[in-house]
Amino acid sequence: MTGDSAVEAPPAPLSADPEVESFGTRVWENIKGGNLGSWPVIIGLIGIVVVFSLTTENFFTAVNFNNIITQMTGTTMLAFGVVFVLLLGEIDLSIAYVSAVAGVVAAELQLPDSGHTLPGIWPIVVALLAVAVIGLVQGSFVALIGVPSFVVTLAGLLIWQGYVQKQLGAAGPIIIQSRWINYTAQYFFSKEAGWLMAALISALYVGGIVGGIVQRRRHRIPLRDPALIVLKMVGVPALAFGVVAICNHDRGVPLAGVLIVVFLVFWTYIAKRTTFGRHVYAVGGNAEAARRAGISVARIRIIVFMISSFMAGVGGIVLAARLSSVAPDQGGGTLLLDAISAAVIGGTSLFGGRGEVRSAVLGAAVIATIANGLFIHQFSNGVIFITTGCILLFAVTLDTLARRRQAKTGR
Amino acid sequence: MPESPTLELRDITKSFGSVQALSDVDFEVRSGEVMALVGDNGAGKSTLIKTVAGIHAADHGEILFDGQPVHISSPKDAAKLGIEVVYQDLALCDNLDVVQNMYLGREAHDALQRLQEAVMEQKTSETLRSLRVTTIRSIRQSVATLSGGQRQSVAVARAVMWNSKVVILDEPTAALGVAQTEQVLTLVKRLAEQGLGVVLISHNLHDIFEVADRITVLRLGRNAGLYEREKTNQQEVVHAITAGAPTKVAGITTAETGAPA
Repeated sequence: MTGDSAVEAPPAPLSADPEVESFGTRVWENIKGGNLGSWPVIIGLIGIVVVFSLTTENFFTAVNFNNIITQMTGTTMLAFGVVFVLLLGEIDLSIAYVSAVAGVVAAELQLPDSGHTLPGIWPIVVALLAVAVIGLVQGSFVALIGVPSFVVTLAGLLIWQGYVQKQLGAAGPIIIQSRWINYTAQYFFSKEAGWLMAALISALYVGGIVGGIVQRRRHRIPLRDPALIVLKMVGVPALAFGVVAICNHDRGVPLAGVLIVVFLVFWTYIAKRTTFGRHVYAVGGNAEAARRAGISVARIRIIVFMISSFMAGVGGIVLAARLSSVAPDQGGGTLLLDAISAAVIGGTSLFGGRGEVRSAVLGAAVIATIANGLFIHQFSNGVIFITTGCILLFAVTLDTLARRRQAKTGR
Repeated sequence: MPESPTLELRDITKSFGSVQALSDVDFEVRSGEVMALVGDNGAGKSTLIKTVAGIHAADHGEILFDGQPVHISSPKDAAKLGIEVVYQDLALCDNLDVVQNMYLGREAHDALQRLQEAVMEQKTSETLRSLRVTTIRSIRQSVATLSGGQRQSVAVARAVMWNSKVVILDEPTAALGVAQTEQVLTLVKRLAEQGLGVVLISHNLHDIFEVADRITVLRLGRNAGLYEREKTNQQEVVHAITAGAPTKVAGITTAETGAPA
């Protein structure tokens, strides 16, 4: 057993003298512990971009960059919710049609002269509240009664698909004229606003890191890996300004892209910096241990299913806005599988407890980039599906191998 | 040092349906001592511990904590008194790191539910250092990467971090190799040195004779002996485990009316 040798090793002082752990060793430790992190998908994404850039002329352009962002936004929103559900080790199959419900509700409520028209942003607010309630109901079946989430949300898939078809089947598509809704997929910020946002993000990020350092200093805890901290403080602002620079070559920063960043930051914060997020990881890792530690497992599960439905609703609004309408086939096609694939390809484990919010963005970017690039190559949808399927299989295999490795390293 | 026991159980009786799991069992542990609880399978060790831990209530009997009668009806009650149980399966989340496991369910946070990582990391490393758990290289490594002995150490350290007064360890060395067992037994001794009352449940008499101050033997749900380690030997204890007659600690005598043996 590997364990005995670990004990016989000379006892290293436990952060008594600031033993600085390098970035490299930590990544290696994580891989050994079955946690591959985001590395495979980042490397893969870079590879995909390089291949398409070299093989077609129209791929590596500012216009196409903005296209990919707006194409991936809907899926990304759904995938944010999927990450939380997967972290619990559960599944939510209803999200695609829940997103359609949000689209239909918002579209109905913005219809002029319908007798139930709501002004401004209210159709969106009501639609999101409605789908949050859907999450509450579905989550309660899972958490309180113990019905497997697969079945509850499969039923949800049918029910909400039925609802959308019943609403739109006879009347046909609803055209959306509300700017509040349509702008989520169609608005582009001015160049100045773009630079301002990049500056704001950089300032907040660097400020946050400095705040963390001050905290650690106050508690006399050694800083881990100063090199990585510097890299982050330079890298994230550089990335922010770089993205804005590319977007500004075209129409400017799309509101859809800003939505991705806002929700990425928000959900990462919730997952990593709050007690709720910690408890989600705990329940996904070992529900019994979490229960014994006094965590209300049912409460966590219900809230996570509400997050899943809520983010599906946000995605539904964006998807409706892209076409300025909702149709009876809203929420159909590959939306569900794309959203789940995005989270998994991004590195979130299907087995619960391991994953990051950012995997939603990374995975959705991979899927959107492949679809976009193959489309430019004039491949058919069939080829796109086959390619995405192969990547999904690869990602899950990687996850499974990592997990087996973890089982071997552990104890 | 107060001579009265920190935790004292008197006449604990518990039955599940027609099965009499415990009959009039007495048990005590003082602060600063390691009290071993031994007995064959089905002797009632786990049932007794679950009574203390608040998993299930006794049908009859009394629990005194620091001399005061108390009611323990849930694990939270036990924790509030300062009684912590480390179960055999440790109840650790493999996907979380050492600090996160130490604070599981009791995370340090501010008014906005924001985690205070620096506070938790500092306290964790202090606790581990005070217990001289030094083989863990980084407290930010996930528990999945730790050895069995290290995992046990984390579970024990978690139990004692919360100003607990009594720590109950359920078979802490059952799954460990020789070197790791030694590591955990050293830790057990250290807990007692720090003034905690330690209850050690074990099948392994060698371990018990190495660390325990006193030994309580249960057999078929009854007291079958209370020994001081220095005045007994393994044979005597083995005899009590396998063939011991019901005994009662001096002082309390109850009419033993025809309970099935």
